Amino acid sequence: MLEVCAVRKTFHRGTANEVRALQGVDLRLEEGSFLVVIGTNGSGKSTLLNAVAGTFPLDAGAIRLDGEDVSRWAEHRRAFLIGRVFQNPFSGTAPNLSIAENLALAARRGRPRRLGWALAQQVRGKMRETIARLNMGLEDRLENPIGTLSGGQRQALTLLMATWLKPKLLLLDEHTAALDPKSADQVIHLSEQIIARDKLTAIMVTHSMHQAANLGDRLVMMHRGRVIHDFRGAEKKRLRVNELLDRFEDVRRADQLDETAAEMLGRRYI
Amino acid sequence: MSLLVGSWTLGLILSMLALGVFVSFRVFHFPDITADGSLSLGAAVAAVLLVKGVSPGLATAAGFAAGMVAGATAATLHTRFKINGLLAGILVMTALFSVNLYIMGRSNVPLMREKTLITQAEAAGQRFAARSSFSVFGWDVTIRDFSMLVLALLATLIAGVLLYLFFRTNLGTAMRATGDNAQMIRALGVNDGNMLVLGLAISNGLVALSGALLAQYQGFADVQMGIGMVVWGLASVIIGEALVGTQHIGPIIAGAAMGSVLFRLLVAIALRWGLDPNYLKLITAAFVFVALVLPDFLRKWGARKAGLAGA
Repeated sequence: MLEVCAVRKTFHRGTANEVRALQGVDLRLEEGSFLVVIGTNGSGKSTLLNAVAGTFPLDAGAIRLDGEDVSRWAEHRRAFLIGRVFQNPFSGTAPNLSIAENLALAARRGRPRRLGWALAQQVRGKMRETIARLNMGLEDRLENPIGTLSGGQRQALTLLMATWLKPKLLLLDEHTAALDPKSADQVIHLSEQIIARDKLTAIMVTHSMHQAANLGDRLVMMHRGRVIHDFRGAEKKRLRVNELLDRFEDVRRADQLDETAAEMLGRRYI
Repeated sequence: MSLLVGSWTLGLILSMLALGVFVSFRVFHFPDITADGSLSLGAAVAAVLLVKGVSPGLATAAGFAAGMVAGATAATLHTRFKINGLLAGILVMTALFSVNLYIMGRSNVPLMREKTLITQAEAAGQRFAARSSFSVFGWDVTIRDFSMLVLALLATLIAGVLLYLFFRTNLGTAMRATGDNAQMIRALGVNDGNMLVLGLAISNGLVALSGALLAQYQGFADVQMGIGMVVWGLASVIIGEALVGTQHIGPIIAGAAMGSVLFRLLVAIALRWGLDPNYLKLITAAFVFVALVLPDFLRKWGARKAGLAGA
């Protein structure tokens, strides 16, 4: 389904702010699998999602999706295959457009947009039905601007929009990190439900060890632009929050060792 | 009365300018200065074609099309060549000055003896009414003035309704979303650069249409006539927003047209009271400045007063 081959990306190359975000990432994802990505800050997990989504051109490597090499496709072209939910709940919806108009936009994700009415009657019917299932009382507020809703409501709608047309791949980029705990639970529950119902192939980046341990059928851990652990199947199922925290501790200690070693060498030779 | 009808007519003609400015400044949040140049461009193209004997409808449409090209050019400079939006507009506006001179061959083309949309409307009005004036609340209104008013009203209605309908289509909704949240619309598969090109084409097309009609109304096209028109349009849009007070697309479009008429009326009254026309642009700019700053200032002032009262 998805193949990420030796992908590299460096931002601000040759300046003081140079960031080697991805340093040769390889990843293969089978159809219908739900991958959770964790990692330290700046490990490149969000960059990996953005690379797949096509937000920036790659320095090296290739990305194949659904049998096609999409490495050179622009972001908007890949949207035909990919549904996305962002970390910022305000990023996924157009605030001044109504709920109905936002959904109508999502109902044509990656399809040509011509001069047909955006809010045709048959689209509206499906909207009410689908939104009613959120149990947020939004089905009677379809004409309200989406900017008047809370972050949690907007994120739930973004999720609906990303999956309105079944995507080949769903990308969730820490999509509950900016929400209050209750809304985060709701949105996570909804994500789980939709992914299971539509048998979606999905990648979710998260900071929550709880989510990482409980969701998905595969987990990778990233550090400094590389995949350092990859747990699948039974191994993933057995993973507990404590073990994940231990792994982070390992990484931290290894990093410290690097730094103290460098310091020692520096003292001795410089 | 003639002053009143004249202001209404001019305000309606300039309401298409306001609609154009609304599309660039409000829908896209793109400060498109090209409009100053495309207003003269629309006037120049229409005037030259009228002098050559082309039918008035066709000449006006050609002005509209020329404006679209100018807008698309500015947008392309921004999206394809990554030039700052404001600068892209300034570049095209500056270039248009020469283009307009080239089109007209001189700085001013009179249309006094040509057949224009205005003379056509006048003829139609006279055929219809079979007299030269009638009275409204005791004031005499000439059929000539009245026909022009009806023509301007029709043009505004058609432009406004078409724009509204366009913004309700799949394409138009995607365009509004592009200005609202470009990241989101890219993730939904829309090329936001192309949207801006199309949007600024529509915006400048409307501005040029306004210029083409203005030239026919005042009886000449002038290379200078576009100067300061962006600010004028912006003032109309701001007044319109204050009039309707919502974000819904239909009322906002109607508001922009009404704002244009109201602003023109205010200006006519001020001129009548003896305002020196030379100060008009200064006052327009000052008005826009105050209208942009005032809401924020009032809110802060209100909050501070409430804070003091609470303490």
